[in-house]
Amino acid sequence: MATMTDPPVEGFRLSQLIYDTRYRSMTIQVVAFVLIMLGLVWLANNVVTNLQALGKDFDFGFLGNRAGYDINQRLVEYSNDSTHGRAAIVGILNTLLVAVLGCITATVLGVFAGVLRLSKNWIVSRLMSVYVEGFRNIPLLLWILVIFAVMTEGTPQPRDFRGEDAEASMILGDSVAITNRGIYIPNLVFNRSLGGNEVDADTGAVIASQSAGDIILLLAVIIAGFLASGFIGRRATAIQEKTGVRPPGTFWMRLGAVVVPALIVLVALGATLEYPELRGFNFADGIHLRNSLIALWFALSLYTGAFIAEIVRAGIMAVSKGQTEAAFALGMRPSWTMNLVILPQALRVIIPPLISQFLNLTKNSSLAIAVGYMDVRSTLGGITINQTGRELEGMLLLGLFYLITSLIISGAMNIYNNSVKLQER
Amino acid sequence: MKKSVLLGTLAVAGVASGAAFADGHGDTTLGQIQERGSLNCGVTTGLTGFAAPNAEGEWEGFDVGVCRAVAAAVLGDPTAVEFVPTTGQTRFTALASGEVDMLARNTTWTFSRDVDLAFEFTGVNYYDGQGFMVPRELGVSSALELDGATVCIQTGTTTELNLADFFSSNNMSYEPVPIETNAEAQQQYLAGACDVYTTDASGLAATRATFEDPSAHVVLPEIVSKEPLGPLVRHGDHEWGDIVRWTLNALITAEELGVTSANVGEIGGTTENPEIRRLLGTEGELGAMLGLEADWAANAIAAVGNYGELFEGNIGESTPIGLARGLNAQWTDGGLLYSPPFR
Ligand SMILES: N[C@@H](CCC(=O)N[C@@H](CS)C(=O)NCC(=O)O)C(=O)O
Repeated sequence: MATMTDPPVEGFRLSQLIYDTRYRSMTIQVVAFVLIMLGLVWLANNVVTNLQALGKDFDFGFLGNRAGYDINQRLVEYSNDSTHGRAAIVGILNTLLVAVLGCITATVLGVFAGVLRLSKNWIVSRLMSVYVEGFRNIPLLLWILVIFAVMTEGTPQPRDFRGEDAEASMILGDSVAITNRGIYIPNLVFNRSLGGNEVDADTGAVIASQSAGDIILLLAVIIAGFLASGFIGRRATAIQEKTGVRPPGTFWMRLGAVVVPALIVLVALGATLEYPELRGFNFADGIHLRNSLIALWFALSLYTGAFIAEIVRAGIMAVSKGQTEAAFALGMRPSWTMNLVILPQALRVIIPPLISQFLNLTKNSSLAIAVGYMDVRSTLGGITINQTGRELEGMLLLGLFYLITSLIISGAMNIYNNSVKLQER
Repeated sequence: MKKSVLLGTLAVAGVASGAAFADGHGDTTLGQIQERGSLNCGVTTGLTGFAAPNAEGEWEGFDVGVCRAVAAAVLGDPTAVEFVPTTGQTRFTALASGEVDMLARNTTWTFSRDVDLAFEFTGVNYYDGQGFMVPRELGVSSALELDGATVCIQTGTTTELNLADFFSSNNMSYEPVPIETNAEAQQQYLAGACDVYTTDASGLAATRATFEDPSAHVVLPEIVSKEPLGPLVRHGDHEWGDIVRWTLNALITAEELGVTSANVGEIGGTTENPEIRRLLGTEGELGAMLGLEADWAANAIAAVGNYGELFEGNIGESTPIGLARGLNAQWTDGGLLYSPPFR
């Protein structure tokens, strides 16, 4: 006469997978996982069958083949005999150029507009509102096209500069020419270039030239100068904090640290300016800022600047009003209050959204297609794909480039953000 | 445990997808078009005379005629065409991805496009070459005087490559201004943002015809390349390639044999010429061999006329574009048009 005292041990039932909370989340995850995998497999399968149907393979060898096309704006040596890989690099550098220029100008513009929009001066703050709302609410593509159209339709052709009573003339003492093909500005060239100079066969005069080495040397010296200047400044502050007096002449020493070595390098290399000059169909010599670059750069800066202005304004308004009042009570001038009290605190709020604006600007630079600016989308993602038929490979590389660039930008900005954010102890 | 769940899922996923997607393709292009009831034809974004929408928004032109002829041959209806505007850069992706069934878009037959890009050119409907156009006031009379000039080019074209070759082989430099479409190129050229516009000579003539004052611009005498322009389809579907090829040949043969859109209705019944009878389907099985109706070619000719009519009506000497037949005359008239026989 055995009595069962133990509760019956129930086996595992399938319905538990849905109704038992112990298993349910597992079930959902597994189902979701299967679906995602199915989706991915479907995509991969699709690619493979379609490539097969087209009789194409998956191969990056095309990057080593001769490109055959010319690129107008080249930051590195390139000709139509170079490879598609090299063309991609030229494009990448052009993308980075416009992105860097754009980020700098957008930040400057944005900070100014953001601060001025809070100005007590009615006209100034209204003007800034008009700028911000105008640029934020009209598509970027439109601005690029508008600026490009104004630059090409509203400016004289190079040949209008020719002749005795020319219709157009150069500005700033004949050093800058604004034409419908772009703006020509003087270039820095060297009589004792590191890359060597050629000698005019007739007159025996040295022809000034410019090589990458010259520019790198100059930049290195300037950067070193800034580092030295920073060091002098920090030392002066330390002394001031200890003794109460800032060492006299600090400002001049800091200025000298930047300027003097740069001047020495310039003189040593025999720097002169090379002015643009009308020769044949176009201006020759000088630096040619093409309309496509200018239109893209300006439009990106103005557009992103409007967003940055709003971010800056929000950051400033996030700093409690008490801070301003306290600063005023200490007798600080408004400009000092802004620079020393408000902006440093506002930066913490400003940096994170600023990162995404920089990312936006970089990615938006692919709108270069609208004005024929030869960025990486146009070289690798455009002509190269078109000439070689490697859509998949090209687009993957292009995506990878934008991904890596974005990750680098946000990585760098995050490091900066960590240095300005509240240090909690 | 975790690991086995993962592996299990992967296995399930793999098997399921294998089963679900094994039947990928198989439909022929012809089958798809018949099912859809219309032909997707890739054309330019607008080049007067070759392919451009008219005032009523209907596409017309020399290349459009090829699309319409194929639609008439396949579906019996020349209006059953979806025209897909493509730029120099997007055209090949559009064709390779299946967005369009064929391209009739001033496209040059080259080795790499045929072999490496895996397309099949189905003939040549216009023998062309690359030329240069400059404003008359520039006073340039030869392309060899163009050293240092700024040149407008459409990107993704053979034009771009020929230009690079031409200038480097003549030891000249130039500044390329890359442009997406012919319309933009025209605007940039007229604004003087470039000194020269270069593209296929037929394209130059068509572009110049739309200028306010065409006589203010000259096309330079140099023709720097061979540009055989023709319709193309994807590699691999040979039945479809045959249909497009022989539709074009039908238009060319029709001109050679004197079949026009006006007489195509009765000549098939009245003529004694066996080739005309085979062409128009009153004799033999040519249509059935292509998988089409017997009157496929008759439909195509009735829709757009023979090659000569198509040429004269859109780009010939009586139109503002005013192109002479030149190389594009029948072989019997000293030109290059030579269709293989219909038998
Ligand atoms: N035949 C050359 C050039 C083709 C081309 O782009 N032609 C121009 C002018 S002839 C055109 O069709 N433009 C019309 C458009 O921009 O959509 C090629 O196949 O690469």
